[in-house]
Amino acid sequence: MLNAIWAVMILLAVLYGAASGHMSEVTNAALDSAGEAISLCITMAGVVALWMGLMEIAQKAGLIEKLTRGIAPFLKFMFPRIPKEHPAREYIAANIIANVLGLGWACTPAGLKAMEELAKLEAERGNPEYLEAGTGKSRNRRASNEMCTFLILNISSLQLIPVNMIAYRSQYGSANPTAIIAPAIAATLVSTLIAIVYCKIKDRIAANPFRTSEKSPASRAADSGSPFSDKRNGWGGKAV
Amino acid sequence: MNALAHLSDIIIPILIFFIVGYGFVSNVKVYETFLKGAKDGLKIVVDIVPTLIGLLVAVGMLRASGFFDMLGTLLGPVAASAGLPTQLMPLLIVKLFSSSAATGLVLDIFRTSGPDSYAGMLTSILMSCTETVFYTMSVYFLAAKVTKTRHTLTGALLATLAGTVASVVLTRWML
Repeated sequence: MLNAIWAVMILLAVLYGAASGHMSEVTNAALDSAGEAISLCITMAGVVALWMGLMEIAQKAGLIEKLTRGIAPFLKFMFPRIPKEHPAREYIAANIIANVLGLGWACTPAGLKAMEELAKLEAERGNPEYLEAGTGKSRNRRASNEMCTFLILNISSLQLIPVNMIAYRSQYGSANPTAIIAPAIAATLVSTLIAIVYCKIKDRIAANPFRTSEKSPASRAADSGSPFSDKRNGWGGKAV
Repeated sequence: MNALAHLSDIIIPILIFFIVGYGFVSNVKVYETFLKGAKDGLKIVVDIVPTLIGLLVAVGMLRASGFFDMLGTLLGPVAASAGLPTQLMPLLIVKLFSSSAATGLVLDIFRTSGPDSYAGMLTSILMSCTETVFYTMSVYFLAAKVTKTRHTLTGALLATLAGTVASVVLTRWML
């Protein structure tokens, strides 16, 4: 993705610069920007190192683990059909906490593990698209409701401190680089709230009330894990 | 200015106080631990230096070529009616695909308008409350080998739109 974007930007700059007669400006911009990137990194290094140092303390002191456990009720609300002891829950919690604290590098691995676990959960529920043995069908896997909810939440981008933005702002001479923290939290809350409402509506539609009486082998298997599977029959909320 | 600005001022000191205090009380060697984390942080920054050079050069060249001015005159009327400065239009689109390419555009806005201007504040808040929709979706769904993403894209774009509207409203209110 980035390869294409970068190439288009550079090629477009040279072509458009040649067409509009701005070649000398383009030359200067190329050289100046490279130097600017270095001075920017020097400012960033300080802010990011400070933040990561604090986060290391939080981790060692067990604070992050505590937070992860603290959001259990929220997870139960958002993902009622994931069995309580399922590893997917843990990874989702770790991903959300890392996101909130701005630990960008730490949230992706947990997020990917969460997706893998959600895929396994679908296989446990007997979803034919997710069974490895299922011939060729796995090419057309549809996302489960949990996957959709998890990704939408992730993209709605809950974040407490936008560390990078603050670093950039201070590099470019902002009088008050941290002035954006509170409005950013407010804006994040709005986008996340909309995301939650949207996911809940989608879940409600997917949990078809007419299918509660019939029991597929898949839902019976899931019964042992989740007290909810009786009412919300079927995998991923979609008709098998 | 107002309550939001005041909250922004105190949140970092409180957080630092709480983290260091909690660590100290739970017998963590706070200073040594801090140093280790800070070192990891430096490594992260060093890793992104080449990315920043590549992207800042590309955006800088594109701006110098006059391409953004042309785009601005084209998109100006549309953007103005939505309360968005024209400079932000390329950013809104690029941000859906690549967060590092978007960073290049953000820094360009900071350089030309200043981080405390309307465009600068709006950009800062916007970047803090939206995520790279297409990139995140492709990486995450790849991990689960899912090809049909169902309502994820609609939900993600809806959340992004909500964040964008909220950013415009909040920035207007603050400045």
